[in-house]
Amino acid sequence: MKRLAELRESLVIALWFMFLTFPILVIQVNTIEKTIIWRWQNLLYVGIGSFALSFVWRYFIGKAAAGGRASGERAEEKTSILQRITADSRFSRSAILLTALIALAFPFLSSTYQVNIMTTALMYVVLGLGLNIVVGQAGLLHLGYVAFYAVGAYTYALLYQHFGIGFWTALPLGALMAMVFGLLLGFPVLRLRGDYLAIVTLGFGEITRIVLENWSEFSSGPSGISEIPRPGFFNLAMDLEESTIYLYFLMVGFVLFTIFVTNRLQNSRIGRAWLALREDEVACEAMGVNKTVAKMTAFALGSTWAGMMGVVFAAKTTFVNPASFTFLESAMILSIVVLGGMGSTLGVILASFLLILLPEYLRAFSDYRMLLFGTIMVVMMIFRPQGIITNIRRTYEYHFERKQNGAPDASV
Amino acid sequence: MDYFLELFIGGLTRGSIYALIALGYTMVYGIIELINFAHGEIYMIGAFTALIVATILTMSGMSGVSVLVLAFLVAVLYSSCYGFTVEKIAYKPLRGASRLSPLISAIGMSIFLQNYVMLAQTSDFLPFPNLLPELPFMEPYAHIMGSTEFIIVTTTAVVMILLTILIKFTKIGKAMRATAQDRNMAMLVGVNVNRVISTTFIIGSALAAVGGVLIASHIGRINFYIGFIAGIKAFTAAVLGGIGSIPGAVLGSLILGWTESFATGYVSSDYEDVFAFALLVLILIFRPSGLLGRSTTQKV
Repeated sequence: MKRLAELRESLVIALWFMFLTFPILVIQVNTIEKTIIWRWQNLLYVGIGSFALSFVWRYFIGKAAAGGRASGERAEEKTSILQRITADSRFSRSAILLTALIALAFPFLSSTYQVNIMTTALMYVVLGLGLNIVVGQAGLLHLGYVAFYAVGAYTYALLYQHFGIGFWTALPLGALMAMVFGLLLGFPVLRLRGDYLAIVTLGFGEITRIVLENWSEFSSGPSGISEIPRPGFFNLAMDLEESTIYLYFLMVGFVLFTIFVTNRLQNSRIGRAWLALREDEVACEAMGVNKTVAKMTAFALGSTWAGMMGVVFAAKTTFVNPASFTFLESAMILSIVVLGGMGSTLGVILASFLLILLPEYLRAFSDYRMLLFGTIMVVMMIFRPQGIITNIRRTYEYHFERKQNGAPDASV
Repeated sequence: MDYFLELFIGGLTRGSIYALIALGYTMVYGIIELINFAHGEIYMIGAFTALIVATILTMSGMSGVSVLVLAFLVAVLYSSCYGFTVEKIAYKPLRGASRLSPLISAIGMSIFLQNYVMLAQTSDFLPFPNLLPELPFMEPYAHIMGSTEFIIVTTTAVVMILLTILIKFTKIGKAMRATAQDRNMAMLVGVNVNRVISTTFIIGSALAAVGGVLIASHIGRINFYIGFIAGIKAFTAAVLGGIGSIPGAVLGSLILGWTESFATGYVSSDYEDVFAFALLVLILIFRPSGLLGRSTTQKV
């Protein structure tokens, strides 16, 4: 009986979606040539797809509900297995060694094109980790991250254009500029509630792009600034392939540096303040944490990383224009953080490789990339808000809560 | 003086459209305290549906008011259905989750819908036929206020009055007000909260569709991205008026409309979108609860 009811429900859902997607997916009008294309096959795909997906959806929703109701024993065991693997020194040491070997050998085993893609992926790792400070650790939804990326990129481009300043001088300057912008924006809005922050940062991202597009005397408008030099290495002359490999190793260094810093931050005084802020603002304030300072620090630090990557981006592509800094870029970085698990370093690294490399290698799907990012954000929030790899500290907290009413836990 | 009046009417028209969208934000926010980022996309879908229906009807030989009415009805129907479905998929499973989760889900939904329309239709701008009729009695004032502007302002006013009646005097309106005040208490006195939330989404989406069709006829072209900027601006208007307050949303929209109209008319048209955001940041600094909003203290 239950099966039958489920079947009927899925059928209704399939029909509903067929109705819903009918005008947009099936009919395509060409208002200039006055033709209509009917794509009936799409209706069929939607029907079958939503029929099948409704079963998957129901299964997972049921599972999530059951997981919430159950005593939690099972869930605890599962996360601890994952944790044990990541925490086991034998396993993690060999994994790190293997990753290091692959990272070192990669540029010599593959083509320049592949190395280029890998460099991009590494850039997104750093960007993801930078945004992770703001969104994951401090719990501030930042939707204009790309604006700071743009600030960094344009800092380098303009400094080179006007004063001939090189990559290594521009790098700290770009980071500094982004930080200043972060503080300027953060000052008025960070005293407000989270939802306002989201929309203001979104607005700020758009303003930055519009200003860069329209203020031609300053930024050369939509045509952008070209012929920015790649990073140099003690005036050594490098051909294209060599400088690509050099940039790749530079990025590996950046990633290591970022991982180091974010890990140290997570366990620092300010990191714990962020965590408290994310979990409960009022309680956090009551414990004597200066809310505004903690938020500003997170915001400024996150922006600094974006600015640094902006300089690298300008150096890598040797060309910047406003079109590289749209909201979609922010959305992409955000979905990396969301997929990876907010606050989880390893998760963010894996997620950025997944989200950047997958569309790159599955060319057929590259059109559907943004569709995928949107879906990831919704699905992850509903079924696994903690991301693919749960932050260890977060599970530790759960542990603490449960042991409280029983015997005192030695580890607390 | 004529130039000033023209800008004034232009601002009023803009403001009316913003109000139609801002109401959806403010109503949803009033009830479930969520910024429905996908709302702008609902408006865009309304405009696209109207375009498709209008083109088919025109090609099959219909003309005039019947095309307008049918396109309007279908657009409102589909937008409402989309709003309803979006709520069921992306927000309902997340009730009671932390504040960040539904926000991210909403952004995901917005990106999804944008790209869905882009992939299914086109990424280019499509010309939108002017469905609104020319009114002969507006002829003498055409240099200040065209009949399109007149129709937009009047329609908005009528819709606002209908909405006020719905909220003030009907049973579902009362339930909506109760849910906005205190969801748990409303549940205790027998209000079906889930139904109220769905209804709110449906009404908000229908209003957005009306706005979508009107502005698309006025501007004359649409693409998949129109919902994004319009959505942010309408949200700005809602915050300006005090989010959660319905008269506030209308007031905020009109102020935003005039600000933009005068600023682009007298200062520069390149930075049209920047003025709205600058206004938003200024309000948030000096009066975060908005013009008509109540400032609430967070209780523990």
